[in-house]
Amino acid sequence: MNRIATKQVKPFGIMMRKEISDTVKSWKFIIMLALVLLTCMGSLYAALDDFSAAIKGGSADDDFFFLKLYTHSNGTLPSFLVFINFLGPLLGISMGFDSINTEHNKGTLSRLLAQPIYRDYILNAKFLAALAVLSYLFVALSLLVLGFGLIFIGIPPTVDELLRIIVFSLVNTIYVGFWLNLSILFSVKFRQTATSALAGISIWLFFTIFYSMIVNLIAKGLAPVRFVSESQMAEFQLFVQNLMRLNPGQLFDDICTTLLRPTVRSLGPLTTEQTIGAIPSHLPLGQSLMLVWPQLLTLIGGTLLFFVIAYTMFMRREIRSR
Amino acid sequence: MDSPVIQLNGVTKKYGDFTAVNGLELSVYAGEIFGLLGPNGAGKSTTILMIMGLTEPSFGVVNVCGVDSTSQPIEVKKKVGYLPEDVGFYDDLSGLDNLIYTARLNGLEYGLAKEKANELLDRVGLANDKNKKAGKYSKGMRQRLGLADVLIKNPQVIILDEPTTGIDPKGVQELLSLIKKLSTEHHITVLFSSHNLHQVQQVCDRVGIFVEGKLLAEGNVKELSQKLFTHGMFLIELGVDHSNATPLDAEGLEKLLKPIKGIQKVTASQGRFQIECSSDISSSIAKALIEAKYELNFLSKKEYGLDAIYNRYFEGGLNDE
Repeated sequence: MNRIATKQVKPFGIMMRKEISDTVKSWKFIIMLALVLLTCMGSLYAALDDFSAAIKGGSADDDFFFLKLYTHSNGTLPSFLVFINFLGPLLGISMGFDSINTEHNKGTLSRLLAQPIYRDYILNAKFLAALAVLSYLFVALSLLVLGFGLIFIGIPPTVDELLRIIVFSLVNTIYVGFWLNLSILFSVKFRQTATSALAGISIWLFFTIFYSMIVNLIAKGLAPVRFVSESQMAEFQLFVQNLMRLNPGQLFDDICTTLLRPTVRSLGPLTTEQTIGAIPSHLPLGQSLMLVWPQLLTLIGGTLLFFVIAYTMFMRREIRSR
Repeated sequence: MDSPVIQLNGVTKKYGDFTAVNGLELSVYAGEIFGLLGPNGAGKSTTILMIMGLTEPSFGVVNVCGVDSTSQPIEVKKKVGYLPEDVGFYDDLSGLDNLIYTARLNGLEYGLAKEKANELLDRVGLANDKNKKAGKYSKGMRQRLGLADVLIKNPQVIILDEPTTGIDPKGVQELLSLIKKLSTEHHITVLFSSHNLHQVQQVCDRVGIFVEGKLLAEGNVKELSQKLFTHGMFLIELGVDHSNATPLDAEGLEKLLKPIKGIQKVTASQGRFQIECSSDISSSIAKALIEAKYELNFLSKKEYGLDAIYNRYFEGGLNDE
């Protein structure tokens, strides 16, 4: 074999490159991208429409009016944050639901496995390629909103705001990555792409629509009688809130609200004693992050958990042609 | 011959209670085309998966080019090209790009990969369609692209799992002659799995017959066909009228016909006798019976072709051997 000893190209890099180009060129991604861009523009419009009214000044929150671009809305359309919370999972599911089973059904998986690559390269490349595309997308989106804001408001963001926006894009990526991994898990588990897509979408629907209803039902059933002590009431509230936090969307909401509204100092109920004497000022970024650290870790942990399950299932499986 | 390129020692693969491959001993030598012949579900594909290191044997050792497939599959995959049954390609990439991707996964740099892919596409006769999307390829074209895909890594061994299923006869002929040419010109060892006797007979130097996870017979085509032919080339069916003589059963008939050469097996069912024999001896049988005062009321003769014998092989007709 007269193979010339050139610099070895790493197979993993090549697979990543192919996966990224596949993702970017695929119709489902283009459609989702168009949808996200449109809603992003819409929510930006809704935020800027009565922006001057929203930042009348007077409260500590108003020091951070740049961040309001992401959370404020004039009421006609939901804010950017709400849209991301709603569409992000769909984006993640659409990118992952057919990653492994399509390769299997088309017969490319067994051909790929016959090449001298480690089996986990396939799964890792799929996951990392999608994550790379997602992080580009969200950084770009956040900066887009930032840029438009700059044009319309004319005042540059402070360093603290910029940092918060960057962390916000990272959290977006993690949140969508969570759903991405769930759908990759389904794509390993189910041979039919339709089944895995439906499984992903039904879980998403369950959490966005039905979960809060169910929690409300439970809360109603368990609600203490009117004459209980304040601490018992607070305990109950905390319990209901923790139930809500089983929903990844709620975790995401907690994190983003805290990040984008620096005045938020607690995510649970506060008693009057706790608030007495507090100065109505904002928290520094580090403290805001500290506040949502558990939520953030839970999201990352969930992402990893799904990935590990998908990984073990994929590695242990015997892959036959079609 | 030198040491075997592919060697399986006592390989067994179990899926729960089901034994897919049972105590397989197999050696394939350098430069030969070995045909793995067997019906669907005989364990051919499982054997191939174990050779490629894509699944682990329950017991036994698989060695390819001196490397243990189970513990070092990457090393094996560098040397062995595998064309799975019903191979698939990335439909939205062109045939050329599909090949380049495989080449690059095997460590070839882009320019070299492209050069090699072009050369191979030329060799398998797809030079005119190389820029067409693989999704538009016909089944036969896909199979030829698959062969190019297997060859792009400069393999020492290629394993083809049912490469001819679903292709028209002309395509099959082209593919087979391509395989034959590769083996002779490039001294590549080929393991060819198929359930089609004629195709295997056409290209293979040696054949292993594989039924229910066991290798029943192994040898070159001539040996094997002799072995096949000695067993029941003709089937003669007799209807005997017992009214004038003592009733006759299968054993009795066998005793009676003992002087005649070539009888292999006598059975009785539904009032008739079936006699398997290696040559056409119906007249001597008739004569022997009439001389023994029996009357014949039925005699029919069936000649088995290669296919029929092969079919009987797979039905387990060799148990009496």
